[in-house]
Amino acid sequence: MTAATHRTAEEIGRTEQGPRPLPPLGEQRAAADLSHVDTVLGNGLRVLAVRKANVPLIEFRLWIPFAGDDRMHPARAEVLAETLFTGTVRRDRVGIDTDLALIGGDISAGVDPERLIISGNALSSGLPTLLDVVADSLTGASYVDAEVAREKERLIERISIARTQPRTIAREALQKHRYGNHPATFETPEATDVAEVTPDQVRALHTASVLPRGAALVIVGDVDPQQVVADIEKALSAWVSDASAVRLPALPELTGGPVLLVPRPGAVQSQIRLSAQALPRTDPGYAALQLANLAFGGYFSSRLVENLREDKGYTYSAHSGFEFTDQTATVNIDADTASPATAAALLETRYELGRLGLVPPTKDEVESVRQYAIGSLVTSTSSQTGLVRQLTALVSNGLGLDWLAEHPTRLAQVTGEDVEKAALAFFAPKRFTGVIVGDADLLAEKLTAVGDVTVGDPAV
Amino acid sequence: MAVPELTRFTLDNGLRVVLAPDDTAPVVAVSVHYDVGFRSEPEGRTGFAHLFEHLMFQGSESLEKLAHFRHVQSSGGSFNGSTHPDYTDYYEVLPAAALERALFLEADRMRAPKLTQENLANQIDVVKEEIRLNVLNRPYGGFPWILLPPVLYSTFPNAHNGYGGFEDLEQATLDDCAAFFDTYYAPSNAVLTVAGDFTADRARELIEKHFGDVQFRPRPERPSFFEPHPVGELRGEHTDPHAPLPALGVGYRMPDPINDLDGYLANLVLAGVLTDGDGSRLQQRLVHREPLVVDLNAGAGLFGPFEARDPDTFTVTAIHPPDVSTERVLGALDEELEKLASTPPEAQELTRVTARWAAGLHQEHDQLLSRTLGFGSFELLYSDAALVSTLADRMAAITAEDVSAAAKALRPDSRAVLVVKPEGGK
Repeated sequence: MTAATHRTAEEIGRTEQGPRPLPPLGEQRAAADLSHVDTVLGNGLRVLAVRKANVPLIEFRLWIPFAGDDRMHPARAEVLAETLFTGTVRRDRVGIDTDLALIGGDISAGVDPERLIISGNALSSGLPTLLDVVADSLTGASYVDAEVAREKERLIERISIARTQPRTIAREALQKHRYGNHPATFETPEATDVAEVTPDQVRALHTASVLPRGAALVIVGDVDPQQVVADIEKALSAWVSDASAVRLPALPELTGGPVLLVPRPGAVQSQIRLSAQALPRTDPGYAALQLANLAFGGYFSSRLVENLREDKGYTYSAHSGFEFTDQTATVNIDADTASPATAAALLETRYELGRLGLVPPTKDEVESVRQYAIGSLVTSTSSQTGLVRQLTALVSNGLGLDWLAEHPTRLAQVTGEDVEKAALAFFAPKRFTGVIVGDADLLAEKLTAVGDVTVGDPAV
Repeated sequence: MAVPELTRFTLDNGLRVVLAPDDTAPVVAVSVHYDVGFRSEPEGRTGFAHLFEHLMFQGSESLEKLAHFRHVQSSGGSFNGSTHPDYTDYYEVLPAAALERALFLEADRMRAPKLTQENLANQIDVVKEEIRLNVLNRPYGGFPWILLPPVLYSTFPNAHNGYGGFEDLEQATLDDCAAFFDTYYAPSNAVLTVAGDFTADRARELIEKHFGDVQFRPRPERPSFFEPHPVGELRGEHTDPHAPLPALGVGYRMPDPINDLDGYLANLVLAGVLTDGDGSRLQQRLVHREPLVVDLNAGAGLFGPFEARDPDTFTVTAIHPPDVSTERVLGALDEELEKLASTPPEAQELTRVTARWAAGLHQEHDQLLSRTLGFGSFELLYSDAALVSTLADRMAAITAEDVSAAAKALRPDSRAVLVVKPEGGK
């Protein structure tokens, strides 16, 4: 190819000197302690402010529990998130965007059945403007009729696009199959519900649910933590309520069960989604379970990836990871496979689940995942965005920077026996349930033959 | 932006090296950029550059299959690679203690990768799954990066599918791999970048030790991918079996990214003036005021700016409801470009765009890996890694007249329009 003369593949893979030894690891320096303030303001809002000043930026996340059991709640919540920054008495939509743009800033809101998360960033010199825009919207978002109407239209169009994404279809099927009618399952609202939402309903939801008490604000960046907390207290002084932000009702515990094959005629690829009960970060057994998960399918060098992708070529990516919801957690396994490989991929996945408990991770496997867990924590928290993301995930369980700083020690103390126990207890195939979305005409015969697979749409 | 302390040198075998020490976190990143992307694939071998990227992870003289992944990850690091029109990069980010290990891993596969029939067959399967996942089984898969170039361009290098057709992928042979490696993966055709927690002296010593004896091979002659601008509007159509709504991709030719960087930057500012934020011209008009579209974007490059030499593509994409015609969206786009061409934008419009760019560049640089890849690609394409640090200032120096001129050059009679239709015309 191009080169007129070239070596053969075999010649390329060989040198005179022959194979060379892998160099040892050097000395690892610990990450510097970060100065921070973790406090609760007078209005009940927890603020966690961390100084990380490599670049002149600030990143913040405002996490507000935002559950609701009304049938219309998901639709109203989505419209609220889309219109929260479209105007106040002081600024219209373009005014908000212009004020933010001039400080290199951006702000956005996203909602799911559990929480509303407001994300923002700007050049640190723009902090006063950023806080002013946030406070203005939290206390005075006007949800004017025209903006609500337009955002409803866009939302309905976007929902129609989302529901053609295989991953959205699979996620909805998994949620319904494992949790039935629990409010946690309503992640994407129905277009017909969105069409019914009125501006008054959105304003009422804002008053009832966009609340500081029980919420948390994480800010990371080129700031003095003491000073920034004082600035936030001042900026948000008018954001008050006696009520507390609304938390999601507890999820039912997963106990395992058949995998549901959900037909998607004509699909050229299937989505495999399996799930089982796991442990939250606050549990003393979490670190061992984290290592067991990594060994199973939580990183590229895991048993699942090496088997499904690198040995058999069934999938581009296979993965297992935790999903943390309020006080509980599940472990979820994902793989997308071509139709002819789907049943075999399910079989191999179950085989690896069984094997993890029966042929537990070796000493080398445990050391590998331990180093990976510790190293990836250092890497992922070395940037402002990485750190703010990690801390936002922790605040929902009342955890903070201390937990993050102590986690490498917890990981270091996990023994091989701990991992072995966690593997057998949490990854046994019978603890899992799940869905496969794909072309049932091609899949049903083999999948039902493999066993513990039923065909149909998820019951609601 | 603070200018980082960069050290640049070239080894005897031609490998160019960029070092960017920074001790604010105990982490290092290593990248190797090879000067070959999917524009260099021969006809009949679409997708080969990307397939080859997969093979570079499959073992080497010193390392068995899977060992590369295991050594990076068991050192606490992560890795990946990606294929672009004009380069292919490989990288890892790890705790600083693993620096020498990372250099060893990159040197070992640059010197003697193990290319086997079994790994080739396995990775063809994996790549086909990747294409099913990202293109065939999802709405708007490959839009616009695979679908728009064949409408805008007429030569194979610029127009073909960089992911590749299944027939071409299946026909790839081990000998193709050997020829591709010997031609393009020479040290003289690559840039090694190391950033993070180390001293320049120590890194240089380790680089000499591990890369020093990678055998010299001459750098391949780099062909020009030039082709003339379209004379007249080009049209193409694609039926998408999964898309629920019609979509539209418009492609224009841009100033030469390398030899006319300021002209290129003026196009980036123009893209911001058109679609960056609720206050931008096209968002205001097409999304909020009229409204004609559901989703709207404008920008440079198939995956982003600064990843290709000339020719590069300015794209505008929109997803719109079925009752809005292609011509209406195009009409509004042309009117807004015409307004900008005749009346330069206001100063505040430019400040909005350039302040967000400055913040975005800081944000990118705060992430060690992004910074490392930026230095590497700029060293490769521009022979100047430090250029990364001056981009924000150069963007800020673009004038309203420059943006106006850029808008004027995006002519309806010299562009490509790709119409994506939902299957069944829904």
